Amino acid sequence: MSVILVFLLVIAGFAGWWLSHQRLMAKPWLEQGMAGDFVGFDRSALPTAKIGLGVFLAVVGCLFSLFTSAYFMRMGLPDWQPLPLPRLLWLNTGVLVLSSVALQCAVIAARRGQTDMVRLGLATAGLTALAFLAGQLMAWRQLTADGYLLASNPANSFFYLITAMHGLHILGGLIGLGRTSASAWNGARPQRLSLSVELCAMYWHFLLFVWLCIFAVLAGWAATFIDICRKLLT
Amino acid sequence: MVDVTPADAVPPAEVGEMELYHPHSWWTKYVFSQDAKVIAIQYSATATSIGLVALVLSWLMRLQLGFPGTFDFITPEAYYQFITMHGMIMVIYLLTALFLGGFGNYLIPLMVGARDMVFPYVNMLSYWIYLLAVLVLVSSFFAPGGPTGAGWTLYPPQAIMSGTPGGQDWGIILMLSSLILFIIGFTMGGLNYVVTVLQGRTRGMTLMRLPLTVWGIFTATVMALLAFPALFVACVMMLLDRALGTSFFMPAIVEMGEQLQHNGGSPILFQHLFWFFGHPEVYIVALPAFGIVSDLISTHARKNIFGYRMMVWAIIAIGALSFVVWAHHMYVSGMNPYFGFFFATTTLIIAVPTAIKVYNWVLTLWRGDIHLTIPMLFALAFIVTFVNGGLTGLFLGNVVVDVPLSDTMFVVAHFHMVMGVAPILVIFGAIYHWYPKVTGRMLDETLGRFHFWVTFIGAYLIFFPMHYLGLMGVPRRYAELTDMTIMTESAHHLNSFISIMAFIVGFAQIVFLFNLIWSIRHGREAGGNPWRATTLEWQTPQTPPAHGNFGKELPIVYRWAYDYSVPGAKEDFIPQNVPGAFAPSREPA
Repeated sequence: MSVILVFLLVIAGFAGWWLSHQRLMAKPWLEQGMAGDFVGFDRSALPTAKIGLGVFLAVVGCLFSLFTSAYFMRMGLPDWQPLPLPRLLWLNTGVLVLSSVALQCAVIAARRGQTDMVRLGLATAGLTALAFLAGQLMAWRQLTADGYLLASNPANSFFYLITAMHGLHILGGLIGLGRTSASAWNGARPQRLSLSVELCAMYWHFLLFVWLCIFAVLAGWAATFIDICRKLLT
Repeated sequence: MVDVTPADAVPPAEVGEMELYHPHSWWTKYVFSQDAKVIAIQYSATATSIGLVALVLSWLMRLQLGFPGTFDFITPEAYYQFITMHGMIMVIYLLTALFLGGFGNYLIPLMVGARDMVFPYVNMLSYWIYLLAVLVLVSSFFAPGGPTGAGWTLYPPQAIMSGTPGGQDWGIILMLSSLILFIIGFTMGGLNYVVTVLQGRTRGMTLMRLPLTVWGIFTATVMALLAFPALFVACVMMLLDRALGTSFFMPAIVEMGEQLQHNGGSPILFQHLFWFFGHPEVYIVALPAFGIVSDLISTHARKNIFGYRMMVWAIIAIGALSFVVWAHHMYVSGMNPYFGFFFATTTLIIAVPTAIKVYNWVLTLWRGDIHLTIPMLFALAFIVTFVNGGLTGLFLGNVVVDVPLSDTMFVVAHFHMVMGVAPILVIFGAIYHWYPKVTGRMLDETLGRFHFWVTFIGAYLIFFPMHYLGLMGVPRRYAELTDMTIMTESAHHLNSFISIMAFIVGFAQIVFLFNLIWSIRHGREAGGNPWRATTLEWQTPQTPPAHGNFGKELPIVYRWAYDYSVPGAKEDFIPQNVPGAFAPSREPA
């Protein structure tokens, strides 16, 4: 359970930092009226939707940390036989990076108000994300063809389970991306569009980050890394 | 003393008006509504209905335990199904849904001075997915083989084996699917509760001016958002074990002389995941109760809450600590003694912030102008019950005491006192307190007092004897205990007594339901602020609050939520949206 505990420690650190700016030492019973010095504490200047997405991403991060925790605990048992990762995953990773880059371009374009570039960026991001999903499915087919079935070994089960969960999150993101694209083509207000594109980009970058972590875990590099950490600590 | 700006110097609400969704038809107004108040009532009604099912299940269990062998239709399989569904429904589909979905939805926007939740559409989806989860759960009663009988903890390997009711039928699949749906639905609602507290607060409502109810629900929601994924992961993995033959949790196992296809899985892994959710869940239910009870006590004792800051810090501390105590549910799973020592220590440390809260409630009552209204009676009953249940928690938190008491009736008595009866008492108190705001009418006083005394005394008559049974060694989860040497004749009599009490207390809940329905039309007119309370939900222009909660302009908050009996003030309460300082020389309480 160490992975999830580290993740929660990060969340707790962030929450602690935020709380420390919220005047938790105030004595509210002595402070009546609207003293000018705490107007700034009413709410964050960030758009509400961004904060909402941030909280959601924390939950998603929690989910994948738990899968990783379970992975490491199950890995220690004797019947574990790591499976060879298909080379295709490298290509998929590249495609997903491309998708994130395209969305980042769309964000920059949206800030500058270049609608054409926004459309181009959104379309590229959507198509590359679909290509990533197709690539993942092909990786699955390669593995099943080579006899690495879901139930034949826990390493295989975790591979399919975690990649499926990640794929489902991409799929959900595509719904949001589709709605953003629709409003980009229907000529939404630039400010509004800019926010939606930024939200999509935030989600995309996060899922890319999650994928890189998962890839490291599934390929076994993460385990080596943790081993080194453990040796350094003991 | 902080400088007080004169009231007229304050500019009008700067908070951007949110774009409210305005319903156009009866369907979007009352059924597919995006108004948090309607969603709250939908959540509460659904949770109460499924809770009644769980109440009936507990009666059936008590029939079997109190009068073994008398009722033929209660087979051991049926008994296991009753205990499983009773536990799961009460903990998740009733308590979690009612506190967060019901009270959270109704009170958060009103108490922080918002027009609605920040993402109303997602909020609506949250309810409908919750309803779907409940329906999937209910459908398992009608599925072939009936619902699962694995115990509410659903421990593998037994949960998905043919010896357990529903293990190789539909029961466990429906249970796991229902939980997965519940978690998805809850996450949608939870995002709303958290972000509304962060971003929906009206002008002047700093975090340290929030009523403790909002603090409790807010912290509990944050915890739930981080803890429920663990249950989600456990459910998905168990579903794969059951449906597709993977071996996440299933060890190599021989069933009826046949080797199953599973191999090498770890049941302990499931226990870790389950309790990583399961322990915070206790506080997900308790923290809203803590918050609500603080407000009830302060309002009905006409006194500011003692140690507000300490109360807030204690809520945060409990929330954080509850994530590092989960393995105290697993002392008997064969863990490393050092782990046991670590988790026993963290478990006992969590008693410190909890005790601070109890002291502060008691000190709030001290020399207060206590009105023994029905909400106050329930709040007082909560304090007593929570202390009782908490003390046995100190017993069970220690490894050496827990090991002999594990899986006995003592544990059943402990968790029913601390997370069954105690939060339910708060729910009742809260319903008596806020019902006038929701409906505009008071609940009937006589029926209410009858309901309180029967529930309070009855709950003690049910659960106190269980402690003794547990100390005698009577195990939980056994359908038939007649032949055991520990089951002396007096123990049998005690069991029958508990069962009769369970029926009486259950009956009192039906009186309460009658009161809820009858008073909608026939209750005494309440007016806008019958309890003379300070928080914003009592200051709405209409009662029940209209769509958009507050009239043309959002209220501006000038003070904390607990200005009761302020010396020098005209009335014994000053609502949060009343400007100006009343008692400049007042000493801190």
